[in-house]
Amino acid sequence: MNPTEVLLRAKELTRRWGGLVAVDRVSLALERGTVHAVIGTNGAGKSTLINMLSGELAPSSGRVELMGQDVTNWSQPQRARAALGRSYQRNTIYPSFTVFENCRLAAQACTPRPWAWWQDARQCQASMARAQTSVERAGLTELCELQAGMLSHGQKRQLEIAMCLATHPQVLLLDEPLAGMGAEETERMLMLLEELRGRHAILLVEHDMDAVFRISDCITVMVNGGVIASGTPDFVRNSDAVRQAYLGEP
Amino acid sequence: MKRSKFLFALCAFAALALFPLVAEPYGIDRVTKIMVFGVFALSLQLLVGGTGLVCFGQAAFFGVGAYASVLLSPPDAPASVLWLLPVSVLAAALVALFVGALSLRTKGVYFIMVTLAFSQMAFYVVHDTPLGGGTDGIYLTHKPVLGALLDLERPQTMYAFTLACLAGVFGLLALLLRSRFGRALDGIRVNEQRMRATGFSTYPYKLAAFVISGGLAGLAGFLFAMKDGFVNPELMSWHVSGEVLIMIILGGLGHLRGALLGAFAFALLQEFFKSEAVFGDFAKHWHLGLGLSIIASVALLPRGLVGLPGQLVARMVGRALPGPGGRGQGVPREPH
Repeated sequence: MNPTEVLLRAKELTRRWGGLVAVDRVSLALERGTVHAVIGTNGAGKSTLINMLSGELAPSSGRVELMGQDVTNWSQPQRARAALGRSYQRNTIYPSFTVFENCRLAAQACTPRPWAWWQDARQCQASMARAQTSVERAGLTELCELQAGMLSHGQKRQLEIAMCLATHPQVLLLDEPLAGMGAEETERMLMLLEELRGRHAILLVEHDMDAVFRISDCITVMVNGGVIASGTPDFVRNSDAVRQAYLGEP
Repeated sequence: MKRSKFLFALCAFAALALFPLVAEPYGIDRVTKIMVFGVFALSLQLLVGGTGLVCFGQAAFFGVGAYASVLLSPPDAPASVLWLLPVSVLAAALVALFVGALSLRTKGVYFIMVTLAFSQMAFYVVHDTPLGGGTDGIYLTHKPVLGALLDLERPQTMYAFTLACLAGVFGLLALLLRSRFGRALDGIRVNEQRMRATGFSTYPYKLAAFVISGGLAGLAGFLFAMKDGFVNPELMSWHVSGEVLIMIILGGLGHLRGALLGAFAFALLQEFFKSEAVFGDFAKHWHLGLGLSIIASVALLPRGLVGLPGQLVARMVGRALPGPGGRGQGVPREPH
């Protein structure tokens, strides 16, 4: 495995809403084995950026490359099948299904076979096995049969990740996975991310600065849609532009 | 399928199979008609309860199936069920493919309105053109046969044939809903955004469900036309779309047996409020009683008749037993 293999690359991505430029010529590269954090104030365009990378939103200009392939015009499901997984800022699960079924359905995306209508979905060995693995990795094994809507907030965030993993993605786009979590849950999630880092390229949008500076290999700081600094945590910590944006120092 | 559901279906179909042994011709005729609407309600259940697509134009496919079966029957000799039935179903499915391909580009209330608009167009096509005999409709001169085996002219045969179709559709949908395709439809109903993010192209799934549903509604239309021996534009009116929607809401959304229960409950309510023996002169205002009873049942039975046993159990023991499966008050327990 090439350690500096770029899995996802954004080139000059821009999104305009009428006169407002939500994301302004943002370029970034996600490498396998690294956590790349995107931070910024509310309204800086972080979620818009994730939405363009995942294909939920078309960019006004610029391009997205997934494993060297231009995927700018690919739909979101197409990109997801090409190993791009994402989690949402607000919990986006299937609350009425069991925890296991949430993961099984996600795993089913890899072996959809919709024409096999006579076959029970639970007979699909591939998706059952994938779901089992992802539930275990996210530490939800004991909650498998519980209705997902009954989970605590932190557990739902874990389930988001588990569903993401069930599709065997190589790139993970995580939109505030730590939002609203207690200290203990945050710790557990960071351990999970640490574990996932090895084989994936992870983009992390997050507000918890302690966590971001602890876990990231690279940090991109966005203000008003544009990138004002990008580099290692130390570089960003000492950057004048970042200080000015965050603390208002001249 | 859980054992209780399986038992319910088994008992229901056994009761329906035994019914002709004890029933008068009037009863057989009524129950045949209800079973036709049962097939119709099942078709809509796949869309509304299964996929979360509230279609307000289901009568169009019902009507296309009915009209196709009558228009394609040769005037001088009975047609064979073997080709007439599949062709009628196919005609309805093709119309559904066209309507679905366009209307599934919209969502929510717009989808409801667009499907309604399409069904109104279909209504006026048969209402105002010579194609379907205008407002008078068309009579079927010879009901179709299947060799010497099946003569739909006989009420008992028609009953048995309709029951077989109902059971077939029920079984087909039960299989379909537990398959991967059905699970994906379920996922689309609950959270389409997530399905797309996971890698499912949801549009083809929804279109497939729409076409299957339209085809099954066409089957119901075929049965309706064969039973009564005539068709008229009223079959495609929006009242019919509304009635079948009420049936599945009354019975319980998302459950196949809800569609059956709803079809029966709706017909019985209608019969009850139309009965002069009970209401005397007031029976001519039966719409009022029916409407009020539907409002009451929706208010009191939010999950339909299917949810009634669960609701009763919850009322009796529910508060004493909080936990998963309770009434949403259960607290998830942390793993120890």
